[in-house]
Amino acid sequence: MQVEHATEHAHPQLGFWRKYVFSTDHKIIGIQYMITAMTMAVVGGLLSMFMRLQLAWPGHAWPALGKIFPVAFAGNIMDPAFYVSLVTMHGTIMVFFLFTAVLTGAFGNFLIPLQIGARDMAFPFLNALSYWVFLLSCIVIISALFVAGGAPLGGWTAYAPLSALGEASGPGEGAGMTLWITALGLFTVSGLMGGLNYVTTILTMRTKGMSMMRLPLTQWSLLITAVLGLLAFPVLLAAAILLTFDRVGGTSFFIPSGIIMNNRLLGNSGGHPLLWQHLFWFFGHPEVYIVILPAMGMASDILSTFCRKPIFSYKMMVYSMVSIAGLSFIVWGHHMFVSGMSPFLGSVFTMTTLVIAVPSAVKTFNWLGTIWGARIRFTTASLFAIGFISVFVSGGLSGIFLGSSAADIYLQDTYFVVAHFHLVMAIAPLFAAFGGIYFWFPKMFGRFMNETLGKLHFWGSLIGVYAVFFPMHILGITGHMRRIYDPLFYDFLKPDKGMNIFVSVSAFCLATVQLVFLANFFVSIFAGRRVKENNPWQATTLEWETPCPTGHGNFGDELPVVHRWAFDYSVPGAKNDFVPQTVPPGAEKV
Amino acid sequence: MADGNGPGRITIAGLAFAFMMLVLIVVSLWLFIAKPWWFPQLASVRGGDIDGVFTAVLIVTGIAFVGVQGVLGYFVARYGSRGTERAGYWHDNPKAEAGLLIGTAVIMTILVFMGQRVWASIYFTDAPPGSLEVQVTGEQFAWNFHYAGPDGVFGRTDAKLITNDGTNPVGLDKKDPASKDDIVVVNEMHAVVGKPVKVRLRSKDVIHSFFLPNMRVKQDAVPGMSILVWLEPTRAGTFELACAELCGLGHYKMKATLTVDKTEQDLNNWAKGKLAEQSGN
Repeated sequence: MQVEHATEHAHPQLGFWRKYVFSTDHKIIGIQYMITAMTMAVVGGLLSMFMRLQLAWPGHAWPALGKIFPVAFAGNIMDPAFYVSLVTMHGTIMVFFLFTAVLTGAFGNFLIPLQIGARDMAFPFLNALSYWVFLLSCIVIISALFVAGGAPLGGWTAYAPLSALGEASGPGEGAGMTLWITALGLFTVSGLMGGLNYVTTILTMRTKGMSMMRLPLTQWSLLITAVLGLLAFPVLLAAAILLTFDRVGGTSFFIPSGIIMNNRLLGNSGGHPLLWQHLFWFFGHPEVYIVILPAMGMASDILSTFCRKPIFSYKMMVYSMVSIAGLSFIVWGHHMFVSGMSPFLGSVFTMTTLVIAVPSAVKTFNWLGTIWGARIRFTTASLFAIGFISVFVSGGLSGIFLGSSAADIYLQDTYFVVAHFHLVMAIAPLFAAFGGIYFWFPKMFGRFMNETLGKLHFWGSLIGVYAVFFPMHILGITGHMRRIYDPLFYDFLKPDKGMNIFVSVSAFCLATVQLVFLANFFVSIFAGRRVKENNPWQATTLEWETPCPTGHGNFGDELPVVHRWAFDYSVPGAKNDFVPQTVPPGAEKV
Repeated sequence: MADGNGPGRITIAGLAFAFMMLVLIVVSLWLFIAKPWWFPQLASVRGGDIDGVFTAVLIVTGIAFVGVQGVLGYFVARYGSRGTERAGYWHDNPKAEAGLLIGTAVIMTILVFMGQRVWASIYFTDAPPGSLEVQVTGEQFAWNFHYAGPDGVFGRTDAKLITNDGTNPVGLDKKDPASKDDIVVVNEMHAVVGKPVKVRLRSKDVIHSFFLPNMRVKQDAVPGMSILVWLEPTRAGTFELACAELCGLGHYKMKATLTVDKTEQDLNNWAKGKLAEQSGN
């Protein structure tokens, strides 16, 4: 062991490029993922602002925008094809290139070795490769906005045969769609490299004493997520390859016979459009949990730290995450109740879907149990963790309507769905990620983010997300279809005009508040208050044993030895109200 | 103390959060009880059952929503600290956990069975005999409605007969005697109050979705598939039909009108008029 350590520590002084750009250090890769994902979030968020502009004031002329975007705003009015491509790109960018990337890519990379007591990932080079492939996929997806015909029109789910027929079915379905498929293919390859690394690292590189049931919940969530990714991503990759064959190879995996496009009978035969939906959602539903599980894990750990109280029912937290992950592979049909799939399957998927609500409810009860009797320290990080619970519950409950196949007949493809999934799998993970950023920022950069601006960011965001997404449930109840360019085209949606304006104005305010966060983040990297100690939040997990920012190799000459679980807060009789995992039994009293 | 360590310090942040939760609860109760915006007027028999399932789920989730957000707000307000106090040290309560787990599971099971009765009545029951049959074919970006006419037999259709000029959008074989009295109309559907309508859904190109908000009917039209749905209008009038599945740049304007006539005679008159129009062509 000594020899191994010696070699591990004999790091030559690396130059700027090797240290900060082409690095194989998991912490740098994590930060690279984070900043790339934040850049993507700015793009994806901006696209949604255009969508809200159109939905609130359909058909309005915007001369200034017409000058800047002569094609998208031809005649100063937003082009319908551009609107639908905004829908597609916003969804794609946010689901894959923000949420998946920031929760598993950024936090997974940064936290796994630090919290399990390892010096780096199992395969550092593979880890770096995973980032660079991810960056490439980002460039490819963004480029789809700039090719002839524009970005694809099929939404982030790219239902076939719209996605399979090429330019004949719409302008963005040519080059734009090809780039979309390429980007997703690259993204899944990157995700697989990351997942392989995470599973191997957590299973084999835990330090002495770090048994599985002593892992922080963040680590459990990242492990389960990585397993989900390894099982789900290949299905998406396979579907993307089959779709490419249909588009360029003349095959008919997803194209049935008898299609008439522009009054021309196509020669395809034998394919089935629902096959795409089955493949996509077999990946797509676990993907939802790939996003939400790390959020749950991080929110749990942050909550416990600032409640100064052990997480309530650690074991049930772990078991519920495992059961959510298992069940996530048998609920995909609830996206397809009215797709033409056998109605018998609709019954089965309703059952499995409402079963998956049970472990989610268990987790909610356990968070409440954690806060019960706590002594909450209100930092920006803890506020976001508490906000996470509220938003997750709101979005989770509206899922019960959609999981019930009979109610879903009416609600499917309306704004009720948009409200549900934004709250539960976009805003909730975003809140957990914000909490994580404020919490681990000192460990990443050796400085604090500004707490006053942080709190402004939190309160603005909490009010903003409810103002934007809660009314969308009501829009859905009135029957407002999603992905439509002009709701005023329908008489029955005319009464929704006021609410659409309210939602849009709220969305602009919410976006403005996020600028406060971006400014706080980037200014604090260079000018934030310096962190003087290793453990500014008085937390128990291993990353807080290392300096802020943590150096290369993470730990000193000896790896830490773990003696207890990660939640010893307010232990009666202990000297401090937190007992780090490295403190041997009995030593906490001294 | 039941909470281990008694109440904590009341803080501004805690109170502010609790206030936010209170506002959230009050506003949502107003939205869902006063119903300033709600479902479009109901106009079909089984649509009421769907609304019933919605209401049942709304009551259950509403109670859970108010309970959880309320308790969360209350706890956050009550258990604040200045940064030095110690919390209670307890982290398990198997009995309470088992109770909550089983309680949730039981409620979910009840909801499944309630919903499935309605689902079965919609999908596992055939349209009653004597229903009016309509063949609906979606295409980018229009709906075609094909009625069999007085003989009740649909004429043969063939994709090869579809014309570029829009005069034969579903490829009706004019040589087939059964097609003589068939009528094919674009974006215009008719039905009669109290008479069940059997809709056979198809698509020419990509996936569309046949959405009649007032009837609470939604069913995807999938190329290569022929899907049956049926409904029974309870109210005369005109209703909008929308496409609910993203089908391309003109998705938003793929609108048709369903006219529910008061009597069968009204429907026949409309059909006669259409047939005369088509023969004139």
